[in-house]
Amino acid sequence: MTFADAATVRGVTSDTAAAGSAADALAGLPPSPAVWCSGLRKRYGRQTAVDDVSFTVARGEVLGLLGPNGAGKTSVIKMLLGLVRPDAGEVLLLGRRSSDPRSRSAVGYLPELFRYQPWLTAAEVLDLHVRLARVPVGASERRECLALVGLADRADDRVGGFSKGMQQRLGLAVALVARPELVVLDEPTSALDPLGRVDVRDIVLSLKSRGMAVLLNSHLIGEVERVCDRVVILDKGRVAASGTLAELLGQREVRLRLGDLDGHAEDRLRAAGSLTRSGDWFTVALPADDDGVTVPDLVRDLVGLGVRVHAVEPVRISLEERLLGILRHEESVR
Amino acid sequence: MTALTVAGLTLREAARRRVVWALLALTVVLLALSAWGFSKLVGLDTELGTMTSGEARLVASLLLNLIMFGMSLIAAIGTAFLAGPTLAGEVESGQALAILARPVRRSSVLLGKWLGLVGFGCGYAVLAGLAQLLVVRVTVGYWPPAPAAGLALLAAETVVLLTLALLLSSVVSPMASGIIAVGLFGATWVAGVVGGIGGALGNEGVERVGTVSRILLPTDGLWRGAMNAFQDPISLVQMGPGEGGFPFLSEAPLTPAYLAWAAVWIAVIWGLTALSFSRRDV
Repeated sequence: MTFADAATVRGVTSDTAAAGSAADALAGLPPSPAVWCSGLRKRYGRQTAVDDVSFTVARGEVLGLLGPNGAGKTSVIKMLLGLVRPDAGEVLLLGRRSSDPRSRSAVGYLPELFRYQPWLTAAEVLDLHVRLARVPVGASERRECLALVGLADRADDRVGGFSKGMQQRLGLAVALVARPELVVLDEPTSALDPLGRVDVRDIVLSLKSRGMAVLLNSHLIGEVERVCDRVVILDKGRVAASGTLAELLGQREVRLRLGDLDGHAEDRLRAAGSLTRSGDWFTVALPADDDGVTVPDLVRDLVGLGVRVHAVEPVRISLEERLLGILRHEESVR
Repeated sequence: MTALTVAGLTLREAARRRVVWALLALTVVLLALSAWGFSKLVGLDTELGTMTSGEARLVASLLLNLIMFGMSLIAAIGTAFLAGPTLAGEVESGQALAILARPVRRSSVLLGKWLGLVGFGCGYAVLAGLAQLLVVRVTVGYWPPAPAAGLALLAAETVVLLTLALLLSSVVSPMASGIIAVGLFGATWVAGVVGGIGGALGNEGVERVGTVSRILLPTDGLWRGAMNAFQDPISLVQMGPGEGGFPFLSEAPLTPAYLAWAAVWIAVIWGLTALSFSRRDV
C-alpha cells in the first residue's frame, strides 16, 4: 500500500482532508488499520538499525514482532510512537500521521525500559497517564486496571519500593488504563515470573477478544505463537518474513501408526495428501486449504476399511524452528 | 493542560524528593546565623569606637547583599540540580518513554517542566529573600529601598539559570548539566567582579569583561540589579569613589533595555531547548 492509498482510508485526518462531503464519503469505508508503516529507515551513526520496514496491524489483530537482539524491533516500535525520528518512511497510527500527537490518543505503550516516577504511588502514576491521555477514566476503572495486573493491594505504595516485576505489571496497567484501541507491548514479560507470563498472555487474549489491536514484541516465541494472529520477523533491520502463523509455518502433516493395511487403505491415504512411509508409520502432508475435516474423515474411512489405527499425531513445525530457519537463511520466504 | 499537569508533577517531585526540605534546612541555618550576626552589629566595639546605628545600617546593607548572594547561590544550585535530571535523567532512565508516548507535544512537556521549576525557584527566592529582609529589619532596623524589585530580580536570576540548566540537560548528561550551569553562574559572577575592578581602575578592557559576561549570561546583571534594590543609597556615597571594585555594592539600577534583553535571552534559550528536545530520540 502506498501512502496515497493509505491516505484515502477512513480516519486519516490530515489537515487538508476536512471537507464535509469528503468525510461523508469516507464514512462508509472500513476503519483504518491500527498501525500502517511504510519504508521506515533509521541509522545511528554508521550503523543501520532499521532498513525499509513496512507492515500493517489491522484493527483487532495481534501482531507479533520477532527477531534476534539488535534486529531493530524496539527502534521500529519507537518510530511508530514518535519517540525516535525515522530518517525515512511514513507512519499512520489509528488513521492519523504519527507526527500528530493525537495519533497516540488511543494508544497504550509498555516500553522495554519500563520506569515510572519512583516518588509517586501506583494509583498516582495511573492518574497522571489518564490526565495526559485526556480520557475521562473514573477512579473505580483505574482501580480495576491495577487489579487486572495484580497490583490492587499496592495502589497506594510508592513505585520506588516496587520490584522489577511489579514495575512491569504497573507498566502494563499504564498501557491499558486510558481505554486504548491499540496496545504496544515491548517485551512485556521480561521481568515476570512464569505466573506473570501466563497473566500477560491471558490479558493479551482478552484484549484481542475485545477487538483491540496489539503489537507484541517478545523474545518468547511460544508466547507469540499462542496469542498472535500474524508475525513479522525482523533481522538486521529488515523484514525477513511476515505472514499469518499458518502461512509462515507452511503445510501441516499428520503421522499415523497403522496395522492390517491393504492396497485400498493406501489409496485412501494417498487421496488425503502425499504419503511417506517408515515401517508402520505413515506421514500424510495435508493440503494448505485443509478446513479441519481431512484428518477425521481419513481416520473414519481407514477404520471402515478394517485398518487398525494405533496412533494419530499432528506434525507441526514450530514457530521457533521456522524462525531459526529464516534467521539462518536456510530458506527465504521473502 | 499538558503543561499544567507536568508543572504539577515537577513541583510534586521537588516536594517528594526532599529537595524542598534540604533547601529549607539550609535556609533556616543561614537565616539563624545571619540573625545572630546582625544582632551583634549594633553597639559593636571597633578600633574606631562603638559603631553608631547609622554605621550599623551601612554595614547591614553590605552584609545583606552578601547574605542575599548566598541565598541566590542556594537557589541557583538547587534549581540547576533539579532542572538537570528533569530532562536528561528522565530520558536516560526511561521515565520519559511512557510520558512522551501519550498524545502530548514535547514542547508542552518542556513548558510544564519549566513552569514547575520556575514556580519552585521563584517561590524559594522570594520567600527566603523576604525572610532575610525581615530578619535584618528586626535585628538592625534596616529596610531596603526597593525590596519588591530586588526580590523579583533575584527570582529572575533563578529563572535565567534554570532555563540554561534545562537547555544543557537536553543535550548533556544530568549531572554535567547541573555542574556546567552552576559553573557558568560562578564564572559570570567572577567576571562581573573583575569588570567592576576594571571600572574602578579606569581600565576599559578589563571593565568590558564584566559587560560582555553580563550580556552572555544575565545572572550577574540581574544580581547587580537586585543588590542595587537592597542596598542603602547612602552607602555608595559613604564608600566614596572606587567602590565599583567592591563586589557587594551595585552602582546603578538596571536599565529597561537590560531587563528586556534578559527576557529575550530566556525566550531564545527556551526556544533552543524546545527545538533540541523535540528532535531528540528517546
